[in-house]
Amino acid sequence: MASTTATERTGTSRGGGTLYRGDLGMWSWVAHRITGVLTFFFLFAHVLDTALVRVSPNAYDQIIETYKNPIVNLFEVGLVGAVLYHALNGVRVMLIDFWEKGAKHQKTMLWTILVVWALVMLPGTYFMMERTVSELLGGH
Amino acid sequence: MSAPAEEKTASGSRGSEPPVPDGAITVTVKIRRFNPEFDDEPRWDTFEVPALPSDRVLNLLHYLKWYVDGTLTFRRSCAHGICGSDAMRINGVNRLACKVLLKDLLAGGGKATTITIEPIKGLPVHKDLLVDMEPFFEAYRAVKPYLISYGNEPTRERIQSAADRERFDDTTKCILCAACTTSCPVYWTEGSYFGPAAIVNAHRFIFDSRDEAAEERLDILNDVDGVWRCRTTFNCTDACPRGIQVTKAIQEVKRALLFKRT
Repeated sequence: MASTTATERTGTSRGGGTLYRGDLGMWSWVAHRITGVLTFFFLFAHVLDTALVRVSPNAYDQIIETYKNPIVNLFEVGLVGAVLYHALNGVRVMLIDFWEKGAKHQKTMLWTILVVWALVMLPGTYFMMERTVSELLGGH
Repeated sequence: MSAPAEEKTASGSRGSEPPVPDGAITVTVKIRRFNPEFDDEPRWDTFEVPALPSDRVLNLLHYLKWYVDGTLTFRRSCAHGICGSDAMRINGVNRLACKVLLKDLLAGGGKATTITIEPIKGLPVHKDLLVDMEPFFEAYRAVKPYLISYGNEPTRERIQSAADRERFDDTTKCILCAACTTSCPVYWTEGSYFGPAAIVNAHRFIFDSRDEAAEERLDILNDVDGVWRCRTTFNCTDACPRGIQVTKAIQEVKRALLFKRT
Protein backbone atom coordinates (compact mmCIF):
# COMPACT_ATOMS: atom_id res chain seq x y z
CA MET A 1 0.00 0.00 0.00
CA ALA A 2 1.48 3.30 -1.05
CA SER A 3 1.36 6.20 1.34
CA THR A 4 0.54 9.41 -0.43
CA THR A 5 -0.11 12.46 1.66
CA ALA A 6 -3.73 13.28 2.24
CA THR A 7 -3.63 16.93 1.25
CA GLU A 8 -3.45 16.32 -2.48
CA ARG A 9 -6.51 14.11 -2.40
CA THR A 10 -8.64 16.12 -0.02
CA GLY A 11 -11.89 17.29 -1.49
CA THR A 12 -11.56 15.23 -4.64
CA SER A 13 -14.55 13.01 -4.02
CA ARG A 14 -18.25 13.59 -3.69
CA GLY A 15 -19.78 13.73 -0.24
CA GLY A 16 -16.53 14.70 1.44
CA GLY A 17 -13.63 12.52 2.39
CA THR A 18 -10.95 11.33 0.02
CA LEU A 19 -11.30 9.53 -3.25
CA TYR A 20 -11.59 5.76 -2.80
CA ARG A 21 -8.34 4.28 -4.04
CA GLY A 22 -9.95 1.19 -5.39
CA ASP A 23 -8.80 -1.84 -7.31
CA LEU A 24 -7.58 -1.56 -10.91
CA GLY A 25 -10.96 -3.02 -11.81
CA MET A 26 -12.67 0.08 -10.41
CA TRP A 27 -10.70 2.38 -12.71
CA SER A 28 -11.38 0.15 -15.70
CA TRP A 29 -15.08 0.46 -14.83
CA VAL A 30 -14.83 4.26 -14.52
CA ALA A 31 -13.11 4.42 -17.93
CA HIS A 32 -15.75 2.07 -19.35
CA ARG A 33 -18.52 4.44 -18.23
CA ILE A 34 -16.77 7.56 -19.54
CA THR A 35 -15.99 6.02 -22.95
CA GLY A 36 -19.56 4.73 -23.10
CA VAL A 37 -21.05 8.18 -22.51
CA LEU A 38 -18.64 9.77 -25.03
CA THR A 39 -19.65 7.20 -27.65
CA PHE A 40 -23.31 7.84 -26.91
CA PHE A 41 -22.88 11.58 -27.54
CA PHE A 42 -21.11 10.82 -30.81
CA LEU A 43 -23.97 8.55 -31.90
CA PHE A 44 -26.43 11.31 -31.02
CA ALA A 45 -24.63 13.80 -33.27
CA HIS A 46 -24.06 11.13 -35.91
CA VAL A 47 -27.76 10.23 -36.17
CA LEU A 48 -28.60 13.92 -36.56
CA ASP A 49 -26.05 14.67 -39.28
CA THR A 50 -26.78 11.48 -41.21
CA ALA A 51 -30.52 12.16 -41.03
CA LEU A 52 -29.81 15.50 -42.70
CA VAL A 53 -29.23 13.72 -46.04
CA ARG A 54 -32.98 13.03 -46.10
CA VAL A 55 -33.65 16.75 -45.69
CA SER A 56 -31.28 17.94 -48.37
CA PRO A 57 -28.09 16.39 -49.78
CA ASN A 58 -26.66 19.90 -50.10
CA ALA A 59 -27.17 20.68 -46.42
CA TYR A 60 -25.59 17.33 -45.60
CA ASP A 61 -22.55 18.14 -47.73
CA GLN A 62 -22.23 21.54 -46.06
CA ILE A 63 -22.26 20.06 -42.60
CA ILE A 64 -19.78 17.32 -43.50
CA GLU A 65 -17.54 20.04 -45.00
CA THR A 66 -17.34 21.75 -41.59
CA TYR A 67 -15.94 18.50 -40.14
CA LYS A 68 -12.82 18.78 -42.30
CA ASN A 69 -10.63 20.57 -39.79
CA PRO A 70 -7.85 19.53 -37.39
CA ILE A 71 -10.03 19.78 -34.26
CA VAL A 72 -12.64 17.35 -35.57
CA ASN A 73 -9.82 15.11 -36.74
CA LEU A 74 -8.59 14.99 -33.14
CA PHE A 75 -12.13 14.17 -32.01
CA GLU A 76 -12.14 11.29 -34.49
CA VAL A 77 -8.98 9.85 -32.98
CA GLY A 78 -10.57 10.26 -29.54
CA LEU A 79 -13.72 8.53 -30.74
CA VAL A 80 -11.79 5.57 -32.12
CA GLY A 81 -9.87 5.37 -28.84
CA ALA A 82 -13.07 5.48 -26.77
CA VAL A 83 -14.92 2.92 -28.90
CA LEU A 84 -11.91 0.62 -29.00
CA TYR A 85 -11.46 0.71 -25.22
CA HIS A 86 -15.18 0.23 -24.64
CA ALA A 87 -15.27 -2.73 -27.02
CA LEU A 88 -12.16 -4.45 -25.64
CA ASN A 89 -13.15 -3.90 -22.01
CA GLY A 90 -16.65 -5.08 -22.88
CA VAL A 91 -15.16 -8.39 -23.99
CA ARG A 92 -13.19 -8.50 -20.71
CA VAL A 93 -16.35 -7.87 -18.67
CA MET A 94 -18.20 -10.61 -20.58
CA LEU A 95 -15.35 -13.02 -19.89
CA ILE A 96 -15.50 -12.10 -16.18
CA ASP A 97 -19.24 -12.80 -16.31
CA PHE A 98 -19.27 -16.04 -18.26
CA TRP A 99 -15.83 -17.60 -17.99
CA GLU A 100 -15.20 -19.50 -14.77
CA LYS A 101 -11.65 -18.19 -14.47
CA GLY A 102 -12.56 -14.69 -15.62
CA ALA A 103 -12.53 -13.14 -12.15
CA LYS A 104 -9.15 -14.69 -11.41
CA HIS A 105 -7.54 -13.30 -14.55
CA GLN A 106 -9.26 -9.91 -14.59
CA LYS A 107 -6.07 -7.91 -14.10
CA THR A 108 -4.12 -9.85 -16.73
CA MET A 109 -7.02 -9.35 -19.11
CA LEU A 110 -7.07 -5.61 -18.36
CA TRP A 111 -3.36 -5.25 -19.13
CA THR A 112 -3.85 -7.33 -22.27
CA ILE A 113 -6.62 -5.10 -23.62
CA LEU A 114 -4.59 -1.99 -22.77
CA VAL A 115 -1.63 -3.36 -24.75
CA VAL A 116 -3.92 -4.23 -27.68
CA TRP A 117 -5.46 -0.76 -27.42
CA ALA A 118 -2.02 0.90 -27.58
CA LEU A 119 -0.89 -1.36 -30.45
CA VAL A 120 -3.94 -0.34 -32.49
CA MET A 121 -3.99 3.32 -31.47
CA LEU A 122 -0.34 4.13 -32.18
CA PRO A 123 -0.38 3.35 -35.93
CA GLY A 124 -4.09 4.26 -36.05
CA THR A 125 -3.44 7.77 -34.81
CA TYR A 126 -0.57 8.13 -37.28
CA PHE A 127 -2.71 7.23 -40.29
CA MET A 128 -5.70 9.24 -39.13
CA MET A 129 -3.67 12.37 -38.44
CA GLU A 130 -1.09 12.07 -41.25
CA ARG A 131 -2.97 14.21 -43.77
CA THR A 132 -4.05 16.85 -41.26
CA VAL A 133 -0.54 17.25 -39.88
CA SER A 134 1.11 17.47 -43.30
CA GLU A 135 -1.44 20.07 -44.41
CA LEU A 136 -0.91 22.04 -41.24
CA LEU A 137 2.81 22.02 -41.95
CA GLY A 138 2.22 23.37 -45.44
CA GLY A 139 2.29 20.13 -47.44
CA HIS A 140 -0.48 18.83 -49.73
CA MET B 1 -23.29 24.57 24.69
CA SER B 2 -19.65 25.25 24.08
CA ALA B 3 -17.83 25.46 20.79
CA PRO B 4 -16.24 22.28 19.40
CA ALA B 5 -12.72 23.46 20.06
CA GLU B 6 -13.42 24.02 23.74
CA GLU B 7 -15.29 20.78 23.99
CA LYS B 8 -12.27 18.73 23.00
CA THR B 9 -10.66 17.12 26.00
CA ALA B 10 -7.04 17.95 26.71
CA SER B 11 -6.16 14.37 27.42
CA GLY B 12 -7.29 10.87 26.76
CA SER B 13 -8.96 8.30 28.93
CA ARG B 14 -5.65 7.11 30.37
CA GLY B 15 -4.04 10.48 31.03
CA SER B 16 -1.97 12.89 29.05
CA GLU B 17 1.53 11.52 29.40
CA PRO B 18 1.89 8.71 26.95
CA PRO B 19 4.78 6.28 27.05
CA VAL B 20 6.98 6.71 24.01
CA PRO B 21 8.91 3.55 23.11
CA ASP B 22 12.56 3.62 22.03
CA GLY B 23 13.00 3.87 18.28
CA ALA B 24 9.61 5.46 17.77
CA ILE B 25 9.11 7.59 14.70
CA THR B 26 6.57 10.39 14.48
CA VAL B 27 3.84 10.00 11.91
CA THR B 28 0.98 12.34 11.05
CA VAL B 29 -2.45 10.80 11.48
CA LYS B 30 -5.27 12.61 9.75
CA ILE B 31 -8.69 11.52 10.87
CA ARG B 32 -12.06 12.34 9.33
CA ARG B 33 -14.16 13.25 12.35
CA PHE B 34 -17.77 14.02 13.00
CA ASN B 35 -19.53 14.78 16.25
CA PRO B 36 -23.29 14.99 15.66
CA GLU B 37 -23.70 17.23 18.72
CA PHE B 38 -21.43 19.98 17.42
CA ASP B 39 -20.58 19.47 13.77
CA ASP B 40 -22.75 20.19 10.76
CA GLU B 41 -20.16 18.65 8.46
CA PRO B 42 -17.38 16.14 9.01
CA ARG B 43 -13.98 17.74 9.57
CA TRP B 44 -10.31 16.66 9.46
CA ASP B 45 -8.29 16.42 12.64
CA THR B 46 -4.54 16.00 12.46
CA PHE B 47 -2.37 14.43 15.15
CA GLU B 48 1.32 13.67 15.49
CA VAL B 49 1.80 10.18 16.87
CA PRO B 50 5.05 8.49 17.96
CA ALA B 51 4.91 4.89 16.81
CA LEU B 52 6.98 1.84 15.98
CA PRO B 53 7.03 0.31 12.50
CA SER B 54 5.69 -2.88 14.06
CA ASP B 55 2.60 -1.05 15.37
CA ARG B 56 -0.75 -1.58 13.75
CA VAL B 57 -2.99 1.35 12.80
CA LEU B 58 -5.23 0.33 15.70
CA ASN B 59 -2.32 1.04 18.09
CA LEU B 60 -2.15 4.60 16.76
CA LEU B 61 -5.87 5.04 17.37
CA HIS B 62 -5.50 3.63 20.88
CA TYR B 63 -2.65 6.06 21.53
CA LEU B 64 -4.86 8.95 20.47
CA LYS B 65 -7.90 7.82 22.42
CA TRP B 66 -6.00 6.90 25.56
CA TYR B 67 -3.54 9.79 25.78
CA VAL B 68 -4.48 12.61 23.44
CA ASP B 69 -8.20 12.91 22.81
CA GLY B 70 -10.59 10.68 24.71
CA THR B 71 -13.52 11.77 22.55
CA LEU B 72 -12.14 9.93 19.50
CA THR B 73 -14.73 7.28 18.68
CA PHE B 74 -14.21 4.01 16.83
CA ARG B 75 -15.20 0.35 17.12
CA ARG B 76 -12.80 -2.42 17.94
CA SER B 77 -13.16 -5.59 19.88
CA CYS B 78 -10.77 -8.49 19.48
CA ALA B 79 -8.02 -6.41 17.82
CA HIS B 80 -6.77 -9.52 16.01
CA GLY B 81 -8.67 -9.54 12.72
CA ILE B 82 -11.33 -11.99 13.84
CA CYS B 83 -14.31 -9.98 15.08
CA GLY B 84 -14.51 -7.58 12.15
CA SER B 85 -15.29 -4.49 14.24
CA ASP B 86 -12.63 -2.06 13.10
CA ALA B 87 -13.12 -1.83 9.35
CA MET B 88 -12.22 1.71 8.29
CA ARG B 89 -10.79 3.53 5.31
CA ILE B 90 -7.03 3.76 5.73
CA ASN B 91 -5.17 5.80 3.09
CA GLY B 92 -8.22 5.59 0.86
CA VAL B 93 -8.96 1.88 1.01
CA ASN B 94 -11.05 -0.27 3.34
CA ARG B 95 -8.92 -2.22 5.79
CA LEU B 96 -9.11 -3.58 9.33
CA ALA B 97 -7.14 -1.18 11.53
CA CYS B 98 -5.89 -4.17 13.52
CA LYS B 99 -4.38 -5.84 10.45
CA VAL B 100 -2.50 -2.94 8.84
CA LEU B 101 1.08 -2.54 9.98
CA LEU B 102 2.63 0.92 10.16
CA LYS B 103 5.75 -0.28 8.33
CA ASP B 104 3.61 -0.91 5.24
CA LEU B 105 2.36 2.69 5.31
CA LEU B 106 5.67 4.48 5.82
CA ALA B 107 6.72 6.92 3.13
CA GLY B 108 9.95 5.89 1.49
CA GLY B 109 13.14 7.94 1.27
CA GLY B 110 12.94 9.40 4.78
CA LYS B 111 9.89 11.50 3.89
CA ALA B 112 7.30 12.34 6.53
CA THR B 113 4.44 9.86 6.69
CA THR B 114 0.80 10.88 6.74
CA ILE B 115 -1.91 8.32 7.34
CA THR B 116 -5.50 9.20 6.52
CA ILE B 117 -8.25 7.43 8.38
CA GLU B 118 -11.92 7.78 7.44
CA PRO B 119 -15.10 5.91 8.30
CA ILE B 120 -16.24 3.31 5.76
CA LYS B 121 -18.32 4.83 2.97
CA GLY B 122 -22.01 4.33 2.27
CA LEU B 123 -23.25 3.77 5.83
CA PRO B 124 -24.50 6.65 8.02
CA VAL B 125 -21.80 7.99 10.34
CA HIS B 126 -22.83 8.08 14.01
CA LYS B 127 -19.63 9.64 15.30
CA ASP B 128 -16.05 9.84 13.99
CA LEU B 129 -15.19 6.37 12.64
CA LEU B 130 -18.30 4.72 14.02
CA VAL B 131 -21.00 4.00 11.46
CA ASP B 132 -24.52 2.62 11.65
CA MET B 133 -24.15 -1.03 10.60
CA GLU B 134 -27.88 -1.73 10.60
CA PRO B 135 -28.50 -1.31 6.82
CA PHE B 136 -25.60 -3.73 6.28
CA PHE B 137 -27.02 -6.36 8.63
CA GLU B 138 -30.49 -5.88 7.20
CA ALA B 139 -29.19 -6.95 3.76
CA TYR B 140 -27.34 -9.84 5.41
CA ARG B 141 -30.48 -11.14 7.14
CA ALA B 142 -32.50 -10.79 3.94
CA VAL B 143 -30.56 -13.60 2.21
CA LYS B 144 -31.43 -16.14 4.95
CA PRO B 145 -27.88 -16.84 6.08
CA TYR B 146 -28.64 -20.08 7.92
CA LEU B 147 -29.12 -23.73 7.03
CA ILE B 148 -32.57 -24.52 5.71
CA SER B 149 -33.65 -28.11 5.15
CA TYR B 150 -37.00 -29.74 4.72
CA GLY B 151 -38.28 -33.21 5.54
CA ASN B 152 -37.19 -35.36 8.43
CA GLU B 153 -34.01 -34.50 10.24
CA PRO B 154 -31.33 -37.15 9.99
CA THR B 155 -30.77 -39.08 13.20
CA ARG B 156 -27.03 -38.51 12.89
CA GLU B 157 -24.98 -35.67 11.42
CA ARG B 158 -25.61 -34.26 7.94
CA ILE B 159 -22.84 -35.94 6.02
CA GLN B 160 -20.94 -33.97 3.40
CA SER B 161 -18.04 -35.03 1.22
CA ALA B 162 -14.79 -33.08 1.35
CA ALA B 163 -15.33 -32.01 -2.26
CA ASP B 164 -18.81 -30.69 -1.47
CA ARG B 165 -17.46 -28.83 1.54
CA GLU B 166 -14.70 -27.34 -0.59
CA ARG B 167 -17.28 -25.90 -3.00
CA PHE B 168 -18.20 -23.05 -0.63
CA ASP B 169 -15.12 -23.00 1.61
CA ASP B 170 -14.01 -19.51 0.55
CA THR B 171 -17.27 -17.84 1.53
CA THR B 172 -17.34 -19.41 5.01
CA LYS B 173 -14.50 -17.09 5.99
CA CYS B 174 -16.62 -13.92 6.16
CA ILE B 175 -16.48 -11.99 9.45
CA LEU B 176 -19.13 -9.39 8.51
CA CYS B 177 -16.80 -6.41 8.85
CA ALA B 178 -18.50 -4.61 5.92
CA ALA B 179 -15.17 -3.73 4.28
CA CYS B 180 -16.37 -5.22 0.97
CA THR B 181 -19.87 -3.77 0.92
CA THR B 182 -18.64 -0.27 1.73
CA SER B 183 -15.90 -0.45 -0.92
CA CYS B 184 -18.50 -0.97 -3.65
CA PRO B 185 -19.19 2.08 -5.87
CA VAL B 186 -22.65 0.68 -6.60
CA TYR B 187 -23.44 0.43 -2.88
CA TRP B 188 -22.32 4.04 -2.26
CA THR B 189 -24.91 5.36 -4.68
CA GLU B 190 -27.58 2.65 -4.34
CA GLY B 191 -27.99 1.78 -0.69
CA SER B 192 -30.77 -0.64 -1.63
CA TYR B 193 -28.23 -2.95 -3.34
CA PHE B 194 -27.70 -6.09 -1.24
CA GLY B 195 -23.95 -5.56 -1.43
CA PRO B 196 -21.06 -8.02 -1.65
CA ALA B 197 -21.19 -9.31 1.95
CA ALA B 198 -24.83 -10.38 1.74
CA ILE B 199 -24.15 -12.17 -1.55
CA VAL B 200 -21.06 -13.88 -0.11
CA ASN B 201 -23.16 -15.20 2.76
CA ALA B 202 -25.91 -16.33 0.40
CA HIS B 203 -23.23 -18.08 -1.68
CA ARG B 204 -22.08 -19.93 1.45
CA PHE B 205 -25.49 -21.67 1.66
CA ILE B 206 -26.50 -21.75 -2.02
CA PHE B 207 -23.52 -23.99 -2.77
CA ASP B 208 -23.82 -26.06 0.43
CA SER B 209 -24.97 -29.58 -0.50
CA ARG B 210 -26.78 -29.93 2.87
CA ASP B 211 -28.91 -26.85 2.31
CA GLU B 212 -32.22 -27.06 0.46
CA ALA B 213 -33.14 -23.40 0.03
CA ALA B 214 -30.76 -22.44 -2.77
CA GLU B 215 -33.73 -21.60 -5.02
CA GLU B 216 -35.24 -19.26 -2.40
CA ARG B 217 -31.99 -17.37 -2.03
CA LEU B 218 -31.39 -17.24 -5.77
CA ASP B 219 -34.89 -15.76 -6.14
CA ILE B 220 -34.06 -13.10 -3.55
CA LEU B 221 -30.83 -12.23 -5.33
CA ASN B 222 -32.47 -12.20 -8.79
CA ASP B 223 -34.09 -8.92 -7.71
CA VAL B 224 -33.13 -5.56 -9.30
CA ASP B 225 -31.15 -4.84 -6.13
CA GLY B 226 -29.56 -8.29 -6.21
CA VAL B 227 -26.51 -9.72 -7.96
CA TRP B 228 -27.20 -7.98 -11.28
CA ARG B 229 -26.21 -4.66 -9.72
CA CYS B 230 -22.62 -5.90 -9.50
CA ARG B 231 -20.36 -4.12 -12.00
CA THR B 232 -17.30 -6.27 -11.26
CA THR B 233 -15.07 -3.41 -10.06
CA PHE B 234 -13.22 -5.88 -7.78
CA ASN B 235 -13.00 -3.30 -4.97
CA CYS B 236 -14.66 -5.86 -2.68
CA THR B 237 -12.09 -8.56 -3.45
CA ASP B 238 -9.30 -6.07 -2.80
CA ALA B 239 -10.87 -4.89 0.47
CA CYS B 240 -11.65 -8.27 2.06
CA PRO B 241 -9.37 -8.76 5.10
CA ARG B 242 -10.00 -12.51 4.94
CA GLY B 243 -8.89 -12.78 1.33
CA ILE B 244 -12.26 -14.02 0.12
CA GLN B 245 -12.58 -13.89 -3.67
CA VAL B 246 -15.74 -11.82 -3.31
CA THR B 247 -16.28 -10.87 -6.94
CA LYS B 248 -15.74 -14.48 -7.99
CA ALA B 249 -18.42 -15.59 -5.51
CA ILE B 250 -20.86 -12.98 -6.84
CA GLN B 251 -20.15 -14.13 -10.40
CA GLU B 252 -20.83 -17.74 -9.38
CA VAL B 253 -24.22 -16.71 -8.03
CA LYS B 254 -24.94 -14.85 -11.29
CA ARG B 255 -24.02 -17.92 -13.30
CA ALA B 256 -26.11 -20.14 -11.03
CA LEU B 257 -29.07 -17.90 -11.87
CA LEU B 258 -28.29 -17.94 -15.59
CA PHE B 259 -27.59 -21.62 -15.98
CA LYS B 260 -29.51 -23.03 -12.98
CA ARG B 261 -26.63 -25.00 -11.60
CA THR B 262 -25.75 -24.95 -7.94
